[in-house]
Amino acid sequence: MDLYEKLLEELKRAVRILPPDVEALIMSARSREESALGRMVLDRIAENISAARSGPVPLCQDCGMFHALVRVGRSCPYSMAEIGDEITRACRDAAEEAWYRRSTVSDPVYDRVNTGDNLPVVFNWELVDGASVTADILLKGFGSENCSSVRMLRPTDGEDGVIGAVLDMVRAAGGKPCPPMFLGIGIGGTMDKAAMLSKKALVREAGSRHPDPRYAKLEETILERVNSLGIGPGGLGGCCSALSVAVETCPTHIAGLPVALSVNCWADRKAHVEVM
Amino acid sequence: MRLELPYDEEDLLAVRAGEEVLLSGILHVGRDQVHRRLCGALETGSPLPFDFRGSAIYYMGPSPAPAGHVIGAAGPTTSARMDPYSPMLLEKGLRVMVGKGPRSSAVTDAVARYHGLYLYAYGGCGALYSSCIRSSRIIAYPELGPEALLELVVEDFPTICLIDSTGGQC
Repeated sequence: MDLYEKLLEELKRAVRILPPDVEALIMSARSREESALGRMVLDRIAENISAARSGPVPLCQDCGMFHALVRVGRSCPYSMAEIGDEITRACRDAAEEAWYRRSTVSDPVYDRVNTGDNLPVVFNWELVDGASVTADILLKGFGSENCSSVRMLRPTDGEDGVIGAVLDMVRAAGGKPCPPMFLGIGIGGTMDKAAMLSKKALVREAGSRHPDPRYAKLEETILERVNSLGIGPGGLGGCCSALSVAVETCPTHIAGLPVALSVNCWADRKAHVEVM
Repeated sequence: MRLELPYDEEDLLAVRAGEEVLLSGILHVGRDQVHRRLCGALETGSPLPFDFRGSAIYYMGPSPAPAGHVIGAAGPTTSARMDPYSPMLLEKGLRVMVGKGPRSSAVTDAVARYHGLYLYAYGGCGALYSSCIRSSRIIAYPELGPEALLELVVEDFPTICLIDSTGGQC
């Protein structure tokens, strides 16, 4: 298995160079943004993207917390332990070799001592058909993660309830998460499952639509409504508040409708690797 | 417009909300834990690690400096987390703040009352800001690692004034 080698290279890239789909959406926002301050922000973002591409300094000093979404094929020959260890090793070595800031602390409330290696990785495992292993790693920055949230809606709240909850959360985020934002929305399951789905939604190609036309429409509606809030790039006003909305769903309980939102900054950094 | 640091009173008062402000000179750096400690020092009357007069504080925690570089990525962090501490620091003379995102009404009021400035630094632009920094040294709390209190020398460091000394906002 060459998961370690492939992932290490991908993670060394991801901290400096955005995925093409993400960069394309940022560049297209520059021609669309109506506010002068908003355009100034997008121009500086474009300058920053070029500066980081020429290396070796990362795009952003917050190189994030490693969040791994791993899909393991049922007939894959490797154990979960082997896969998990290779991913952890690749994350640790990438942080060292690509000048990641060390941003993880050992204990959340009391000690808050830096672990020194950006570990542990947050893992989100999924069992799928086939024989391959797919790992998607988010470099999850916390200016935006602090704006992520879960709401437990009533089962009868429906589409309007979902839209209202997301708009509430985005309004509260305002300029804090470094807009223009990329939004991942998880709907259904339990509270934690909805949260995990919202991360899975962030992994999808930015700007792609859900295969179910009802959810595709919901994604478009939310994007439009978020962009009419006037938050704008950097929170300085404008129409480009979010560039992508992705929804992922799963079955839920008769008594509930969990809705989770994961907010990502414009620097939507991720690594993707598939091994057979 | 340009603002040299440490600032002259007259220059600070001339800045208006909505203007782009290029900073050059000495810029102090501190975020969450530094704010907690500075306010703790003020409460107990302990000595402060730097003179607040003429100073500006930048909310930032850099990534490590690659070989041959002064500093790594060095963009702003979210200012709102410093909101509980900023009014006290403004009152004690630390009047210029540089960060990203909105401020609370208590901070906005304190900026007007003590004739300070809140300057927006472009969020996420760590590589860009790295190239505006000429030197960096730790002046206090090295045990905080990436959150230590730093003194930078910056040149043409781009910001936008969001709250000016009259309380004007954009």
